[in-house]
Amino acid sequence: MTIQATDAVLLDIHERMVRIRIFEEEAGKLMENGKVPGALHLYVGQEAVAAGVMAHLEDTDHITSTHRGHGHVVAKGGQFNEMYAELYGKAAGYCKGRGGSMHICNMEIGMLGANGIVGGGIPIAMGAAFSKKFRKTKEVAASFFGDGASNEGSFHEAANMAALYKLPLILVCENNGFGEYTRQDNHQAIVDVADRAAGYGMPGVVVDGMDAIAVYEAAGEAVARARNGEGPTLLECKTYRFYDHVGVRGMGLSYRTDEEVENWKQRDPIKLLEEKLIEQGISTKRKINALHKRVREEAMAGIKFAEDSPLPDPDGLLEDVYYVQA
Amino acid sequence: MAEAQLKDDQAPRKLAYVNAITEGLHEVLKEQPEAFLAGEDVAGAGSVFGYTSGLLEEFGADRVIDTPISEKGIMGLGVGAAATGCRPIIDLMFMDFLGECMDEVANQMAKMRYMFGGHARLPVTVLTMSGAGMSLAAQHSQSLEVWLTHLPGLKVVAPATPYDAKGLIISACRDDNPVFVLLNKLSLALQGEVPEGAYEVEIGKANVMREGKNLTLIAYSRMVHEAMQAADQLKEFGIDAEVIDLRSLSPLDTDTIVKSVKKTHRAVIVHEAVRFSGFGGELAAQIQELAFDYLDAPVGRVGAPFSPVPYSPSLEQSYMPNAKRIVAETRRLLGV
Repeated sequence: MTIQATDAVLLDIHERMVRIRIFEEEAGKLMENGKVPGALHLYVGQEAVAAGVMAHLEDTDHITSTHRGHGHVVAKGGQFNEMYAELYGKAAGYCKGRGGSMHICNMEIGMLGANGIVGGGIPIAMGAAFSKKFRKTKEVAASFFGDGASNEGSFHEAANMAALYKLPLILVCENNGFGEYTRQDNHQAIVDVADRAAGYGMPGVVVDGMDAIAVYEAAGEAVARARNGEGPTLLECKTYRFYDHVGVRGMGLSYRTDEEVENWKQRDPIKLLEEKLIEQGISTKRKINALHKRVREEAMAGIKFAEDSPLPDPDGLLEDVYYVQA
Repeated sequence: MAEAQLKDDQAPRKLAYVNAITEGLHEVLKEQPEAFLAGEDVAGAGSVFGYTSGLLEEFGADRVIDTPISEKGIMGLGVGAAATGCRPIIDLMFMDFLGECMDEVANQMAKMRYMFGGHARLPVTVLTMSGAGMSLAAQHSQSLEVWLTHLPGLKVVAPATPYDAKGLIISACRDDNPVFVLLNKLSLALQGEVPEGAYEVEIGKANVMREGKNLTLIAYSRMVHEAMQAADQLKEFGIDAEVIDLRSLSPLDTDTIVKSVKKTHRAVIVHEAVRFSGFGGELAAQIQELAFDYLDAPVGRVGAPFSPVPYSPSLEQSYMPNAKRIVAETRRLLGV
């Protein structure tokens, strides 16, 4: 059963991808210019994965993310003002400046946080999926993680339990070829992480993670299976990060060649989708340019909002360590 | 017991610690439809300690759930389900297994609410079994409470009596924060007064078990009973000891401790955990910070030696703190 993307869905996916790309480009500049504290792990290059999966999810569906989490928040419906404010460590941020880039979240849209621990989100998403089944809802949970995280014990335990209990979970492995700075062939003996699905008794699917439409279709099947009570799916999306593990610099790195990066950039997921949108008469170059311009303005407005916002009051340092009954 | 009941219908009902745990879980599962109990062997087997016995039959397999031996998975299940509308009760069979799931406990459960700017609420309770005394050796006998009390975001309680075991489990499950309930395996058969129905024991409130004039013995979990025996024995040396059962380690009832020490001017702390870097160090530091001028002697600490828990009964008996050692340490400190 293939769920094909309508024109409206393709435009929606495209907008999500453009929003991620521009948010991240501007976030990268902020980090390079020393405007924001801490370390940012940027999602540029992997946009088709977050957008293609999230196009199937509602606010009531929950996701967990990784240290490279901004793209998942944007794709799930996160707003630039609160996101940039969080990167700046401002009180108006999604986490009131307590979490920052690696813990950015928005519970209202079902975003259970980026996660500073590789593989840390997978058991949590499994727990959310358990909750959805326990409460007899039709909601699903999805966990985004990398090829590196697929070597963590947390992945193994969560995958086994999700299959055992037939939970409505989509395990989305974004295989970008690297666990931090270590190449995949130097951190696991398999080529396809999806092969591991068989060991848990769930379907494993490999898809071109630079092709948003392919991701959308494959994710559609996985989400439908989950909603129908048929259990989890391991969906591996082959993708690539154009930037470094941390920060922006993408070229001239010791652990990968510039040629490799250039080859992957030929398959820039946004460019590929835009070519298709124009070719099929779904959009025009002019409309696409207008979208980029509008989103860029929104990003600049978000940055201004963040810069103008107050820092958290140090007197409130201990707030939210515990829930206190009002 | 039966005779007593015949004589007086109002006589308090006595129950073993293990059955008090079951009753606490029963009350919670009955009153909270969002609650479920998950852990290794909690359903079919009724837990290796027997304290979930009968719950599967009463509440069904949807709410009393056997899990694989996957502590990371089980703890993640608790975190994810608590963040999305359930009230999970997670059974971590032995406290020693914390090593298998410390990321889920320390980096996820304890911190999620804070990292998310207060936008998450995690009503999850974790039951786990601590303590030595059954020749279960180095990996099934530890008292690792400081692994947990060092983590802001968690609450940690350690019931010494059947009454507190039931009441603290109910309080923990009604709390909207992650709470660890540290049970004690050598106390499972301990009998004590336990009322029927649901009741709470306030988390963060210590219990003065016995009032005294010139020494405060501070203990928790099974060591409370050793401290009570020590207090009896210390009478012959002219020491009238007050005994405080902390019940809750985090939050800590500092007020009760300080008030007592200001009255007695002497304190000895007792715990089963290794003495070095143990919870007693925190207590001793707080006492000297808050009641220094009232102290007539150094604050004493009785705990296990700096060694893994041994297997052989003869070794284990000499490893575990007891009343005799509490008396000896107190006499040494006080010079009596």
